[in-house]
Amino acid sequence: MVIQALKDQGVDTVFGYPGGAVLPIYDEIFQQNEIRHILVRHEQGAVHAAEGYARSTGKPGVVLVTSGPGATNAVTGLTDALLDSIPLVVLTGQVPTFMIGSDAFQEADTVGITRPCTKHNWLVKDTDKLSGVIHEAFHVATTGRPGPVLVDIPKDVQFATGAYKKPAPEKSTYNPQVKGDNESIAELVAAIETAKKPVFYTGGGVINSGPEASRLLRELVEATGIPITSTLMGLGAYPASGKHWLGMLGMHGLYEANMAMHDCDLLIAIGSRFDDRITGKIDAFSPRSVKAHIDIDPSSINKVVRCDIPIVGDVATVLEEVLSIWKSRGSKTNAEGLTRWRSKIAEWKKINCLAYNGSTKTIKPQYALERLEALTKDRDRYICTEVGQHQMWAAQFLGFEDPNRWMTSGGLGTMGYGFPASIGVQIAHPEALVINVAGEASWLMNMQELGTVTQFDLPVKQFILNNERLGMVRQWQELLHGERYSHSWSESLPDFVKLADAFGAKGILCKDPADLDDAIMEMLNHDGPVIFDCLVEKHENCFPMIPSGKAHNEMLLGEADTQGVIDSKGSVLV
Amino acid sequence: MSALHIKKGSTSHSAYNLRPTFSDVEERHTLAVLVENEPGVLARVIGLFSGRGYNIDSLTVAEVDHTGHLSRITIVTTGTPQVIEQIKAQLGRIVSVREVHDLTVEGRAVERELAMLKVAGQGDKRVEALRIAEIFRAKVVDSTLSSFVFEITGTPEKIDALADLMRPLGLVEIARTGIAALLRGD
Ligand SMILES: Cc1ncc(C[n+]2csc(CCOP(=O)(O)OP(=O)(O)O)c2C)c(N)n1
Ligand SMILES: [Mg+2]
Repeated sequence: MVIQALKDQGVDTVFGYPGGAVLPIYDEIFQQNEIRHILVRHEQGAVHAAEGYARSTGKPGVVLVTSGPGATNAVTGLTDALLDSIPLVVLTGQVPTFMIGSDAFQEADTVGITRPCTKHNWLVKDTDKLSGVIHEAFHVATTGRPGPVLVDIPKDVQFATGAYKKPAPEKSTYNPQVKGDNESIAELVAAIETAKKPVFYTGGGVINSGPEASRLLRELVEATGIPITSTLMGLGAYPASGKHWLGMLGMHGLYEANMAMHDCDLLIAIGSRFDDRITGKIDAFSPRSVKAHIDIDPSSINKVVRCDIPIVGDVATVLEEVLSIWKSRGSKTNAEGLTRWRSKIAEWKKINCLAYNGSTKTIKPQYALERLEALTKDRDRYICTEVGQHQMWAAQFLGFEDPNRWMTSGGLGTMGYGFPASIGVQIAHPEALVINVAGEASWLMNMQELGTVTQFDLPVKQFILNNERLGMVRQWQELLHGERYSHSWSESLPDFVKLADAFGAKGILCKDPADLDDAIMEMLNHDGPVIFDCLVEKHENCFPMIPSGKAHNEMLLGEADTQGVIDSKGSVLV
Repeated sequence: MSALHIKKGSTSHSAYNLRPTFSDVEERHTLAVLVENEPGVLARVIGLFSGRGYNIDSLTVAEVDHTGHLSRITIVTTGTPQVIEQIKAQLGRIVSVREVHDLTVEGRAVERELAMLKVAGQGDKRVEALRIAEIFRAKVVDSTLSSFVFEITGTPEKIDALADLMRPLGLVEIARTGIAALLRGD
């Protein structure tokens, strides 16, 4: 029954790990060939892999785990997917209905534990309702603002036979608004026509809305000539090579992007949520702009920043309407204002905020990423990351030309996300080049997935920028805690080459900048999984940086700026 | 490298103090939330309030439509206008929530609460308790030689007032239902 429901939902892959409470479902899996099961090595890995699958395909990721510890191990992944709005359907086994509440072996209150970290969840106590709930789960996960859902299925319900229902999403009572209000859209168009210093601030919502949203966004940007910046989650919706691209904004965003946000007179937020990594000090955030906000989730609007033109709806649907109204009114913009605005931006760009001191002795992490970019950018490429400095450098130094090509843990900042996510991406795109840009500490958090990689022959490339430090933590300790590096170095690191060897993967060690290109080529030319241990400068800091509690125009650009910049108030922030 | 002037000294607001520029005058709102009557739905609503740090001043819940499987939750909450807006939007996001109504802004609402008060005492105090109960139109629902249980329906303020008067007369226990509210008119 469960497998039939998954098939009817078009599922081709399930990431999972078996256990007593899901044995009946595993038995069904055994007796069919249409759905592929990827056996991970830890349930957290299953959820992140499903996230990678979902993020790179636009389809929901599916996870199957057992009760108790299987379910609790999935919690981090669920929370990650909730914060980044990734559609997942997680099926958990549960002890039989007649034992629920008795502290049975491997019993946990799964729906209770996961209530705050799922978009919705269900405990199914009646086999007749099972198929209907699974179909509804797919509908809820993928409709409106996407997110993870969980269906908890007691073992007796799995064993029993019941009536099977076909999917019927039209019968669902969950139908969020997708069409934007025309009056507000007209107001936005009028603002676009007159604005002197407009900027688009786009986020993961554009990517979640689907490829059509990115296409319409590009059309609108090209047609209006309005500069565009994006959050970490939104990279790729507008191409990095595009004429109006400002680069990423936020705490480690580009100078020109943050300055444009600060100085603009019209801020058009699309599928972005004014996260604290983006806004910095809230009462100094974009102080002189009219703010328009397109979002499918009404609770995102006015949550953090007061919005003047709220538009609740699906990004693609709304953008189509914006374009058609704008064209029908004569495709006007404030040409004179825009020309001046662009030359202002060109001045900011001249600062060259990503400049760093090169070295011929050690590999600078920025240099490693520049070379990785140069040697891979023309390939059919997907990038995942872990969390830390390397993640921010990857966002700064790699260029994303298309949506769904960049998988990173934004909202939750989950170390250990990238490796399993790269597995999910590779499963979905077997022929593509899948690279996980990692920090050594993050990578170790889910390194057990090496077993999955070799078992399923997944040629993922683990590009580890190994600074032997919890680099981002160390950077904060340097700036905020008087250079007292409390527990922020990676001691007793494994020999990554030997580790790769032990699992049957290829290991490459590189520490000399002169060898880097050859080593990267060796990684790319190897038809199989590679762990690339790139020993980089240990105390490099990631700039630009907006310190916590500071405004966009108080950005630090380099080492010289960092003396005593974060005061005691700022230091309580994370 | 940068020509930027970086100001030193304390900043007035942190990025986590998310609503510093909004009006900070707190308002009291009564919300009526229609939810699907399914297990855990109340936990979802309460979890939202505790998880996001909102106030609950009063909460009542009961099934109101058996065939439609709908329950009505009436919540009285206080917060700044932006917090109230967030609460409504967040409630609206819960998949099992069908409708959210802010009775405080949608029109004038009738609000009623039921309470039972146990008053123990003898002699003059007992007579006085009965007399006051009559003034408040409270009913006697249980009586012994040394105690009464009164039932009263009314606004929370009226119940507060009665309780205040009963306290010196031997109020020993009070049970209140929380507020139920409906919009006036049609
Ligand atoms: C699960 C988890 N624990 C702790 C943190 C806090 N944290 C953020 S970055 C970081 C250091 C990451 O080190 P590494 O992976 O080596 O990356 P680097 O910053 O050195 O590039 C830590 C500990 C986190 N984000 N996630
Ligand atoms: Mg590191």
